[in-house]
Amino acid sequence: MAVDLNINVLIVDDYKTMLRIIRNLLKQLGFENVDEATDGGTALMKLRERNYGLVISDWNMEPMTGLQLLKEVRADHKLKQIPFIMITAESKTENVVAAKEAGVTNYIVKPFNAATLKQKLTAVWGDF
Amino acid sequence: MTKMTKEAAIKRTLETIDPAESQVSTADIAAVVEAVMKSLSGDVSVAEFKLYHELQKLADYIQSAKREIAAIRPDEIRATHIPMATDELDAVVGATAEATGVILDSAEHLETVAGKLEPAAAEEVRNLATKIFEACNFQDVTGQRITKVVRALKHIEDKIDALLSAFGEGVKAPAEATPAPEPAPAAAGDDSHLLHGPALPQEANKQDDIDAILANLK
Repeated sequence: MAVDLNINVLIVDDYKTMLRIIRNLLKQLGFENVDEATDGGTALMKLRERNYGLVISDWNMEPMTGLQLLKEVRADHKLKQIPFIMITAESKTENVVAAKEAGVTNYIVKPFNAATLKQKLTAVWGDF
Repeated sequence: MTKMTKEAAIKRTLETIDPAESQVSTADIAAVVEAVMKSLSGDVSVAEFKLYHELQKLADYIQSAKREIAAIRPDEIRATHIPMATDELDAVVGATAEATGVILDSAEHLETVAGKLEPAAAEEVRNLATKIFEACNFQDVTGQRITKVVRALKHIEDKIDALLSAFGEGVKAPAEATPAPEPAPAAAGDDSHLLHGPALPQEANKQDDIDAILANLK
């Protein structure tokens, strides 16, 4: 599947610094249409209002965690096909397993670098 | 049998023991012990007496524990030290977020400047900007670690609340009766009493305040 750099990307994190970092790295990779949400509830609302080609989400958020957001996305027949990448400081095996079982597309552990982000996006769409 | 009657009976028993004898017979001892036991209110069996003794020991232990807990000054920990610790940690998170914002501003500006450079230089500058973005991951991770510490402090605070609630005034009053010891007077040339560390943002003098203080001291 070739990547369309014009897709809308939704990034979700309760730390605004992290939203800035991810936005800048995505911009470097060519993704200009990036929306943000600081919690899962707002993210879900945005996902239902606009077409997104990718969700990148933190895990540790309140009141809705990234895992809960992922489950909501996968449970919604209109949203369930959207690639969903978790970027999180949660690094235990049980976390990765839980995310995978919930349908995560890929999993990046913080702190991460630009190369890792590109590698995980390439795994979704192929080289770009 | 009334208390006075019992005491009279014990006294009579003791009087039967001849002080001139070198040894007191076990029968006499048993008689005295039995008389003492019977002098206790009601018919107290040996088992009950032992139980009473154990309960007394338990009560003494609890009182001793309360005194030791009071000496730790849990109300001071709850009211002063834990809030101070969480305030300082909040200040750390705030300061690192602010500094990270400035760093990211600069990195983003570098990317804009890169667009005006020749390709090789532009790529070098963009790579440097990328490294800055990557390094700024630290603020998120440290923020989460600090949040864990704050939660742990809150847990300790809750436990202290439970302790204070269980022991009540018994662990507070002694602290008030024995106030915290005054710090020893500083030796000549010792300025350790002035080493407060950074003040919380809402309490700190800004540079303008310092300049005003200095101006007023002239």
